[in-house]
Amino acid sequence: MILGGGTAGTMAANKLRKELGASDWAITVIDADDEHRYQPGYLFMPFGTYSPKQVTKSRRATLHSGVDLQYGEIDAVRADEQVVALTDGREFGYDMLIIATGVSPRPDQTDGMLGPQWRESIHEFYSYEGSVALAEKLRDWEGGRLVVNIVEMPIKCPVAPLEFAFLADAFFTEKGIRDKVEMTYVTPLPGAFTKPIAAEAFGNTLEEKGIDVEPDFMLMEIDDDKKALVSYDEREVPFDLLVTVPLNMGQDFVARSGLGDELNLVPVDKFTQLSTQYDNIFALGDANDIPASKAGSVAHFEIDVFVENFLQHIAGKEMTHKFDGHANCFIETGGGKAMLIDFNYDYEPLPGKFPYAGVGPMNLLKESRVNHLGKLAFRWIYWNVLMPGRSMPLPAHMSLKGKRTDLLQTEDKKEPALSA
Amino acid sequence: MATTVINGKELVVDDEGFMTEYDQWDENIGQELATAIGVDMTDDHWKVIRFLREDFQAKGETPTIRRVSTAGGVDTKTLFRLFPKKPAKKMSYIAGLPKPHGCV
Repeated sequence: MILGGGTAGTMAANKLRKELGASDWAITVIDADDEHRYQPGYLFMPFGTYSPKQVTKSRRATLHSGVDLQYGEIDAVRADEQVVALTDGREFGYDMLIIATGVSPRPDQTDGMLGPQWRESIHEFYSYEGSVALAEKLRDWEGGRLVVNIVEMPIKCPVAPLEFAFLADAFFTEKGIRDKVEMTYVTPLPGAFTKPIAAEAFGNTLEEKGIDVEPDFMLMEIDDDKKALVSYDEREVPFDLLVTVPLNMGQDFVARSGLGDELNLVPVDKFTQLSTQYDNIFALGDANDIPASKAGSVAHFEIDVFVENFLQHIAGKEMTHKFDGHANCFIETGGGKAMLIDFNYDYEPLPGKFPYAGVGPMNLLKESRVNHLGKLAFRWIYWNVLMPGRSMPLPAHMSLKGKRTDLLQTEDKKEPALSA
Repeated sequence: MATTVINGKELVVDDEGFMTEYDQWDENIGQELATAIGVDMTDDHWKVIRFLREDFQAKGETPTIRRVSTAGGVDTKTLFRLFPKKPAKKMSYIAGLPKPHGCV
């Protein structure tokens, strides 16, 4: 039984279907609807680069014909009874359960966000509806103070808000109104990104583009009347247009089922994604609590490893494969260029060449046209290679080949020591 | 790994001065660490620090601000009052724990 037919759930279902005999294992996916969204596309929709049609396909058509798909809202998992209960009263028993219901933006979790300014001067691009609404807003926005904000980590695709800022800069430049837009990047992190070497590279890019950074900003509330973000340490950042990334949380049924932490994420072993509570529950993709980016690339590498472990686990053997937290993300920087980062639990993103040392053709942590083409090609790869469960010519585990590991010794100083 | 001496005890710390050995900490050391970063410890402060210590032992990682507020029962506003500006860093520093890594 697989809960969620998105990126992780679909890959897991299709890969497992090829490995498990049809007479031995029935695979059922439960999801609320038939619309599988290509979520990386949400970043481009506000700027009119992708149309809503280009980011949507049928879940049914994306799943192997040997996988059963049931539509419904999940009420709760009764793990002790091995039952999934839907809100319409149906119940499904399972032998093995995979939770792949991801995380969702939760504007209701920040005071003042869902007030009269919501979808007026307060926008987001982490939902399909939000991305469509923001595209309309940007079409005839004439300028002012644009604030890009992250409420709290972790979020899906932690580079997306940076990319949004870079693309917005290019968008306004092309429209000829960049001089009428003042841009500020407001983040709870101490800098532009979570990892020091990449944070410096992205920080430089923000600076080059004339985007101010307001770091260490823990958002307490949005003052709707003043149109300002207010932090716990009483800083205020006013905006004419706010593009925020609301708090990301796992689904509420996870909490109702007693399977989640304070963000409704399912605690799992970070190497195998097996629940820390139940021996017959795995959580894959954004829904789990592993200390890796919440991103499709992580789900992809994770599931390559998971399938091998799952086969051992159901055979009663010890799971011998370890997921290393591998992530690989393109970062759009505007003007037809992009950067690329490749990292895992142990190694932060480093400059260098990818995937082949010295050759590339892609450049790590450096803007280039070929990276941008890689990002655009990725939509095709997503639908035609990743979702059907075909293999990519990329190993699941991160490789240090081509990476400037020499920088680790000198630049590992991170931030200056804490001071009063 | 660097070391530092507090109350005559040699402690292992990382390059930012955060203690790395759970068992080397005691409340006297916590008091000294607090003084070093200008935090005056009260009962409210100790409630937070003790929660951090217990939760780390149970979960194997330093709780985030959100966890201290939901599971530890001390809301975020109060944490900012007790440990001004950078509560996540300051409370883990005083508690002798690594910074919460929530951010990846």
